[in-house]
This record gives sequence, C-alpha cells and structure tokens, in this order.
Amino acid sequence: MDLIWDGIREAARLWWAGDGEIIEITLRTLAISSAATAIALLIGIPTGAVLALRRFWGRGLIVAAVNTGMGMPPVVIGLLVALILWRTGPLGDLNLIYTPTAMVVAQLLLSLPLVVGFSLASIQSVNPRLIGQMWAMGANRWQVLWLLVRETRLGLLAAVMAGFGAAISEVGASMQVGGNLAGETRVLTTATVLETGRGNFEVAIALSLVLVVLAFLVNLVLTAVQQRRPVT
Amino acid sequence: MNGPGDAHLEIRDLVVQRGGVTVLEIDSLDIPRGLVTVMIGPNGSGKSTLLGALQLVLHPSSGSLMLDGEPMDADPVGTRRRMAAAFQEPLLLSMSVQSNVELPLRLRGVDRRRRRELAEHWLERFGIGSLARRHARQLSGGEAQRVSLARAFASQPEVLLLDEPFAGVDAPTREGLLEDFAEIVSEARPTTVLVTHDRDEALRLGDHAALLIGGGLRQTGRPSEVFDRPADRDVAEFVGMENVWSGQRSESGMYRAAGVRLASTAKSVALGAPALICVRPERIVLMREAEGEGNLLRSVVRTVRPRGPIMRADLTSGRLTLTADVPVTAWDELGVSIGDEVTARISADDIHVIEDSD
Repeated sequence: MDLIWDGIREAARLWWAGDGEIIEITLRTLAISSAATAIALLIGIPTGAVLALRRFWGRGLIVAAVNTGMGMPPVVIGLLVALILWRTGPLGDLNLIYTPTAMVVAQLLLSLPLVVGFSLASIQSVNPRLIGQMWAMGANRWQVLWLLVRETRLGLLAAVMAGFGAAISEVGASMQVGGNLAGETRVLTTATVLETGRGNFEVAIALSLVLVVLAFLVNLVLTAVQQRRPVT
Repeated sequence: MNGPGDAHLEIRDLVVQRGGVTVLEIDSLDIPRGLVTVMIGPNGSGKSTLLGALQLVLHPSSGSLMLDGEPMDADPVGTRRRMAAAFQEPLLLSMSVQSNVELPLRLRGVDRRRRRELAEHWLERFGIGSLARRHARQLSGGEAQRVSLARAFASQPEVLLLDEPFAGVDAPTREGLLEDFAEIVSEARPTTVLVTHDRDEALRLGDHAALLIGGGLRQTGRPSEVFDRPADRDVAEFVGMENVWSGQRSESGMYRAAGVRLASTAKSVALGAPALICVRPERIVLMREAEGEGNLLRSVVRTVRPRGPIMRADLTSGRLTLTADVPVTAWDELGVSIGDEVTARISADDIHVIEDSD
C-alpha cells in the first residue's frame, strides 16, 4: 500500500512542481495521438459513408477487413509499420523509423478501422429515405456527406472517442516504431513502461495518472458535445 | 412556349427495371406546367418508381426525361435544385423547424437573410410560424408534415414531386392540411406531380390525372374523367366502379345486361358488340317508389353495410346485381331493410360504356 501512496504523493509533487519532462511527454502524447485521430477521421468517415451507402464488388471483403482491424493487436500493427519503415524496408529511404511520424502512422492504422467501423454502423442506421430526401433537396455529394455527419453526430463522436482512445492508450506499436527515445519519441505509455521496468513506481504512477486524466478530460469534452441537446 | 399547361416535364420511352424485371414502362407522358398531375394506381403500379425516376434517384434502363426540353440527367444536382419533394414520411433532419425549412436554400447558397425570410413566410403560410424554434423531433405527425411541405415550397421549386404526403396524417388533421395545401398550390402554381391512391384527394387537387397499372400507363385525362369514364375493366375496378356489367348494345342508346335494358348517352359501341356497362355506386339513387327520368329498376335489397358516412347496399334486379352507395341520412329517410323492394334510378348520363375486348 505504501508503494501506491508514495507513488500518488510523488505524482502530485511532480505535477505541482510542473516537471518539465512530464509536461513535454504529455504534450508530445497529445500531439501524436491527436494527429493520428484527426487523419483517421478525415479518411475514416468518408470511407465509412461509402461502405454504408454504396454496394460494389469487394465491399464485403473490405467490411470484414475493417471489422478485423477493429480488434487488431497493436504489436502486429507495430511490426508491420516497422517492417515498412525499416531502413532496408520499402519506405526505408524516408528515414521515418523511430520518429513521431512513424508513431502517428502506427496509431493511425490502429484507430482507422475503429473510425471506419463506427462511421459505417452509424451512417448505415440512417433511414435510407432520409438520404433520398437529402438528394431531393438538391444536395451535392459533399453536402450529403456533411448532412450525414450532422445527422449521425452522436455515433460519430463515439467513433472519435474510440479512435482517440485506441491511439493514446497504445504502447506496443509506439515502442516498436518510435523506440521510446527521450526528448523525441517518448510518450506517456512508453515512459510508463520504462519507469515501471526501472522500479521508479512513483514516476510510473504519475505518468499513468496524467494519461488517465488526459483520456478522461478528452472524453468528458466529447461526451458533453455528444449529449448536448441540439437546438439548431 | 412556357405557358401554363404546356409540357414542363416530358417522359419518353421510359423503362425502369429492378433485378432484370421491368417495373415501369411508359411510352409517352407529358406533365403540364403549373398544374397538379395526380398519379394514381394500385400498390405496385409504378407510381413511386416514376417519382423516383423524376427525382433522378432511380436510374432508368432506357428512355428520356426532359425538363423544359432539356435532358434532366445532364446535370442531376442542378435539375434537383429546380425541384422539391415531400413524401408520406416528413423526413425532417435532426435540427430546428426553421433550420429544416431553410436547409434546401442553404444547400443552394442562398444568403442567411433571404433564407430566414422565405422560411418564415412559408412556415406562416402553412400555419406553423409558432413552431419555428421547436426541434423537429418534438412535432406531432401533422405538424411535421406541414414542416415538410413548407420546406418543399420554401425552395421555390419549378416542379414539386409529392409521394402520398397526406396518407400518414390522421383524418381530422388531414382535412385541414388538404384545405391549406389546395389553397397554397393554386396560388404558387408549381408544376406538381402528386402520387396518391385516394380518390377524394385526386379529385380535389388534381387538374390532370395519369393512371398506372402494372407498371404501364393506362389512362390520362381530367381526374373526374378517369374516375367516371374508365378506359378498361382494370381501370374501372381500380377507380371503384362497383357496377361493371357484361352486356351488349341492342339498339341506338340502349344496352342489355343480364336481361335488363338500360339507356345510356355514352359514346356508342357497334350494334351487337360486347360491352362493359359501368355505373359508379354513388350514382345509383334508391327510392321507395319509381319516379323521375332515367333507368328505373325495381330491385330487392340483399345486403347493407355501413362505410363511414355512407351505406353500401347490394341489390338484385332480376339477374342483375347492383351496388349502391347511399348517404347515411338518405338511407335513414328511405327506411328500408334487407328483403324490401326499392327502385334504383340510374340516369342515362351516369352509365359509362366500354368496348369489351375480352
């Protein structure tokens, strides 16, 4: 018990003192996971919409792949991205391995299936006749997509939460493609693993609490938006 | 050109197939400008399919659809922006009433002030100005349908496509809505295609009617003509022509069916030619004693069943079976019951004759 209490006390002290490293790691974590989630949304929502609204050859295969991707172990994604970005790999010349960009790519691949899957499910639940009415009102393709996003915003916010949650909480892939380099690719999860391994439990607890609070705050904001009663 | 009544929409050699089966086939149909064309027909006759094709959401296998002489599918979004649609379901989006009505204008890039102005005008016009700030999910069925129609009119469409917009509304609400709609449509005069299977609606709102059966166009004309002068047996059955007797022309203006002689002013068929003799049930007048002009048939009341504000009576006159619709008050005054003898009077003008091709 003492170990835990000491850890929490140390965490509070580190926060209070405004520990530079923790702030830096927190900001990097937020930046990498937010970038991955944002790209996942940009690609995932239109992809989900197309899968929900169109019937084409190979659609079933793509949906099955998306569903598989929703439960894909992060280490597999990490391995895949590492192999591609490795110096001798197909994209080795880009020199991206062990960079934040590589971590964004890995987190993107983890959260993308979740965003596509959630978007597909929410857009598919829209009354097809309502979509017909959107076309009948004179909407073009992008306006129909905008109206669908608006109409399914509750489901899509769940997609944002799931996507961001998967990105920020992931550790294996970030280790594999980021390398946990201090000042460069160290994020809250990888730092926590490192400090736990070193026996620095108070720092590990401090980092974990930051991670939990961060995830909670982001989801608190999203939930507030999701549950707000629409007025316009 | 471009005057009221000329062809605003032209449908030529249209074929729509689903799963390899032809569900709609129309050689030629013109929708007149500024008038209400009612599209009538039984379920599965292709009415809604035609409306879907006109909205460019269903793709025909062949044929052409023209708006003002231009192919409608050349610029689908541009064409749809000249039209508006309302359906049996109000299909409102999850936003306020005002935003719903403004939405088609917003999609067309109309500025905020003009959008507001038009939305307020049409909400007032449909008697729901006070609901502007209400969320669409908080409306009753009748209110939601008014919003849906206000939204359709707010975009100031040249063409209005309506698929049974009054069918899902309860009877008293429907009456008021029909009244308001009739007034508004006669003022705004968009070219309107109204799909309905309601005779009352068709007669009340329609300037022109097109009747579809089994995916084919069977009759066009004024709604009263289609209902009173059906072109064939199928149309007669659909329009509620309860009395369709097989007979033949016996002499000039006289027909014979089941041994009963009937005089008719209908356009004649060849002497001796088989004919279908049709009378609408509400055109048969029942009397205790024979009086007045026309065909007077002594008949026996066989069955009577109430149907809302009317009583439907089945009678026999010799071998001829008749069905008559009598208003409840008139029935009460008549004071007859099953087995009683009455006289059924049918005016010669109310007998419609079709050449029997079967």
